[in-house]
Amino acid sequence: MNQSEVRPGFTAAISVSETHDEDARIVEKPFGRALVEAGRRNPTIVGLTADLGKYTDIDLFGREFPERYFQVGMAEQNLIGVAAGLSRVGYIPFATTYCVFASRRAYDFIAIDVALGRANVKIIAGLPGLTTGYGATHQGIDDLALMRAIPNMVVIDPCDATEIEQAVYAIAEYDGPAYMRLLRGKVKAVLNSKSYQFELGKAVTLREGRDIALVSTGIMTERALEAAEKLSKSGIAARVLHTPTLKPLDQDAILQAAAETGVILTLENHSTIGGLGSAAAEAIALAGIKVRMTKIGIQDRFIECGSVGYLTNKYGLSTPQIVKAAQDLLANDHHSASP
Amino acid sequence: MAQTSMNETQVAGVAHRSETLQRLREHARNIRRNVLVMARGKGEGYVGQGLDAADILTALYFHEMRFDPKRLDWPDRDRFLLSTGHYSIVLFAALAELGVFAEQELASYGADESRLEMAACETTPGVEITGGSLGHGLSQAVGMALGSRLSGRNFRVFNFLSDGELQEGATWEAAMAAAHYRLSNLVALIDVNNVQADGRVSDVLTIEPVAQKWSAFGWHAQAIDGNSMEALVDALHKAREVKGQPKAIVCYTLMGKGVPLIEQRPRAHFVRVEPHEWEIAIRQLEEGVL
Repeated sequence: MNQSEVRPGFTAAISVSETHDEDARIVEKPFGRALVEAGRRNPTIVGLTADLGKYTDIDLFGREFPERYFQVGMAEQNLIGVAAGLSRVGYIPFATTYCVFASRRAYDFIAIDVALGRANVKIIAGLPGLTTGYGATHQGIDDLALMRAIPNMVVIDPCDATEIEQAVYAIAEYDGPAYMRLLRGKVKAVLNSKSYQFELGKAVTLREGRDIALVSTGIMTERALEAAEKLSKSGIAARVLHTPTLKPLDQDAILQAAAETGVILTLENHSTIGGLGSAAAEAIALAGIKVRMTKIGIQDRFIECGSVGYLTNKYGLSTPQIVKAAQDLLANDHHSASP
Repeated sequence: MAQTSMNETQVAGVAHRSETLQRLREHARNIRRNVLVMARGKGEGYVGQGLDAADILTALYFHEMRFDPKRLDWPDRDRFLLSTGHYSIVLFAALAELGVFAEQELASYGADESRLEMAACETTPGVEITGGSLGHGLSQAVGMALGSRLSGRNFRVFNFLSDGELQEGATWEAAMAAAHYRLSNLVALIDVNNVQADGRVSDVLTIEPVAQKWSAFGWHAQAIDGNSMEALVDALHKAREVKGQPKAIVCYTLMGKGVPLIEQRPRAHFVRVEPHEWEIAIRQLEEGVL
C-alpha cells in the first residue's frame, strides 16, 4: 500500500509540514483552559497543586475560582491525601504536580487514599519523560508503569493540546480515579480538534497500513505519524495506532493491529519496562499472536541533564530513529522463518 | 477568693454533668467488653490499643460528634477518621455499642471474609477512610475540613492518630496545611501510649514533646489524661470554643486500660491471650470501678 489511506479528520494530523513551527497550531495552556471550562460547567470541580500552579497551568483555574483552588506547598503526599478527603465529601479534585513526584513520592497515598476506594481524584502530572532536560529527578520515566500497577487506576498519556482538552472533560465526567500526564505551556495541536474525539479506554487508528503497526502513546504519536509518512515514501505502509489510555488498555485494537500486520513497533516517552510496550507485548503473547516486535522508549536507565532535542536523539526517540527501527524490524524476519 | 455557694441552676448543672459522665463511662465499659469479645474470637488482636482508646471514642461518638448511627451516609455528619487502621477493634466495638453492628458479629473480627477487618477498611459501614498505612489520616481530614467549609455544611472532622504514627512525615505536611487554612473545624486526637511495633516510642524514636510540636505547627494544643472521661469531655468542649485554628488534643493513655491482665503485658502492641485468660480479663473489666 503505497498511497496510505488516511482516515477522515486526521488529514491535518499527518501533514508533517503543518505540525512544525506554525504558531496557529500552538495552544497556550490547554489543560488550564479546559479545567476552567470544566469548572464552569461543574461547580464541584476543585483544583489543587503542590507549589507548581504556574508550572502545571492550573494557575488559570486558581485565578478563575480562587475559593475552589488549594495550594498545599511542596508536599505531594499531602496533596493527594487532601484531594482524597475533598472527594469523599463530594468534590472532584484535580491535583497537579510532576510525574516523578506523584508516582514516586506520593505512591502509597495514591494507592490507598485514592485508588482503593475509587475516590474521584484526578492526578495531572507534568514533565513526562523527555519533555524536560532537567535530569533524572524531574523526568517521569516510570510513572506509567507504576500507575498501571495500581488497581482501579485509569492512566492516560495524551499526545497534544487537542487531546488534553478532551481528556480533561472525559475524566471530569468519569467517576473514579485517573492519572493523566500533562503537556504544559505552549502545546502543539497535532490532532484535528473538530474531528478527533478522545474516548476513555479507546485506541484510535490515525493511519491505516498493513506492513507494520506503530503503536504509540503520548508525544510519540506525532513522531509515529511523521515516521509513517517517511516510511510510505519507501513503499512501507505503516499503521499508526494511537493509544492514549494505557489503562484500561484497548486490547482489541492492539490485537487487531498485531494480527493484521504481524510486525509491531511500540513507541513511548517512558521506560520500556512496564509501559505501553510491555502492556502490548503481554496482551499479544497471551492472545497467542505471533509477531515480530520492538519496543522504542527509554531503555532501563536514568537520563542526564541536557537539551530535549539532544537527549531525544541520544536515546533513540527521534523520528529518523523510529523510521530506522521500523526498517530494521521489517528486514529482520528470522523470527517468522523459524518453525 | 471566698467560696460562694452554688445556685439551683449550677447545682442542676453539676448533677447533669455527673449523670453524663456516668453514662459515658458505662458506654466505655461496654465498648471495652466488646473489644475483649472481638479479640477472644481470634485469640489475639490489637487489644491493648482498643482498651486504651475506648474512652476517646466514647467521648466522641456518645457526646461530641453530630452523628446518627441510622444514617451513616448523612452528608452533614461529623467525620471520625481512624488514621491508625489497626485500632479498628475499638472503632467496631464503638459502632456495635451504637447499634451499627450486631453483637454476635463481633466475634468474627479478623476472621476470613469478615468485614470487621484487623485494619479498618472503608468498605465496612461506618468506616470513613482506609487507615493503617500510617500518616494518611490527617491529610484526608484536611481535605474533608476544606470541603466542609467550601460546601457550607459545616460538619467537623475528628482525626484519630497515635504517638508512633507521628514519626510519619506526611502527618506534618498535613499539620502545616491545616494551620495555614485555619481549619477550626478540624480536631486531631493523638493517642500517646508510648508503644509502637518495635517497643517503647521513647526508645524507638522520641516523639515528645508532642503538644509543643502541635503548638509550634500553629495548632491549639491540649495535653490531657486520655483515660479520664471528665478530661476528655472538657478538652473537647474547649476545642469547640477555640476559633481560627485547628485543635490537637494529646491524650495520654495506658495500653490495656481497665484490664490489669493486659495492662501488665510487657509487649502490648499486639496481644495474644490464652483461651482461659479471656474470662479473667472480662471479669477484671466488670470488677473495675466506673
